[in-house]
Amino acid sequence: MKLLIVDDSNIMRRAIEKYASPLGLELVGTAGNGQDALSILQEKKPDLVTLDITMPLMDGLTCLKEMMRLRPQTKVIVISALSDQSTGLKALKLGARSFLPKPFTEKQLMDEIKLVTGELL
Amino acid sequence: MTEKDLSYFVNTVIQYFKQVDGEEAVMGLPYIKREDPVVLEYTGIIGISGPRRGGIYFTAGKELLVKLTQAILGESESDVETLQDMVGELTNTVAGNVRKYFGSDFMISVPMLIRGQPEDILLKLKPPVFVVPLTWKQQKAYLVVGLE
Repeated sequence: MKLLIVDDSNIMRRAIEKYASPLGLELVGTAGNGQDALSILQEKKPDLVTLDITMPLMDGLTCLKEMMRLRPQTKVIVISALSDQSTGLKALKLGARSFLPKPFTEKQLMDEIKLVTGELL
Repeated sequence: MTEKDLSYFVNTVIQYFKQVDGEEAVMGLPYIKREDPVVLEYTGIIGISGPRRGGIYFTAGKELLVKLTQAILGESESDVETLQDMVGELTNTVAGNVRKYFGSDFMISVPMLIRGQPEDILLKLKPPVFVVPLTWKQQKAYLVVGLE
């Protein structure tokens, strides 16, 4: 299963990569903004995307909407500090499979990935 | 900004360190910022727009950020880019997390990062500006909040 990690923080990209590595996902790209994420999405066709919201150039919710238009089968986990209910609901309405608030633990991320992928890794 | 508003930020910072490392930050007594600058080596600033305009910043020294990076990545790094990224992510997370109290129209910017100790940071903050001192793993830091 191919993974794309999108977050404007290099530390968070590395943390997500590290925490998810025991699950055997194939990391096909990382991006620091929504525009770069869409380019990688079209080129690498990831099965799973972790997507931050507050990012420069193109925010995560705008990016999510475009991802669902381009590849609606992509499983997206939104991982954001914006922990109010309406942001989470908006992400789910736009097509995200789940919403994980920051800060998160390794176990929380692994559980979320397992839930979204049905552990079919 | 009310005392209750400030308590949302304090609780959020306590929860942040607890969640990331298991060790809570010890919060000091908040005070209203006067003329003395409150700036340590690395600072992340977030602008707030919407009904509550203003800004927040989190400022910390190198040691605290190295320890925090180690808690997240399991490796201690001290290059400038990593520590700037760390303080920006922390500030972004605190500002984003308080939306569960202030609502989704509490709009936050991407973090602006400052290294070094400028004379002071006044940009975006709306008086009265509250300073919340904190200590984590024997290292000092400050959360500074100024909202309408």
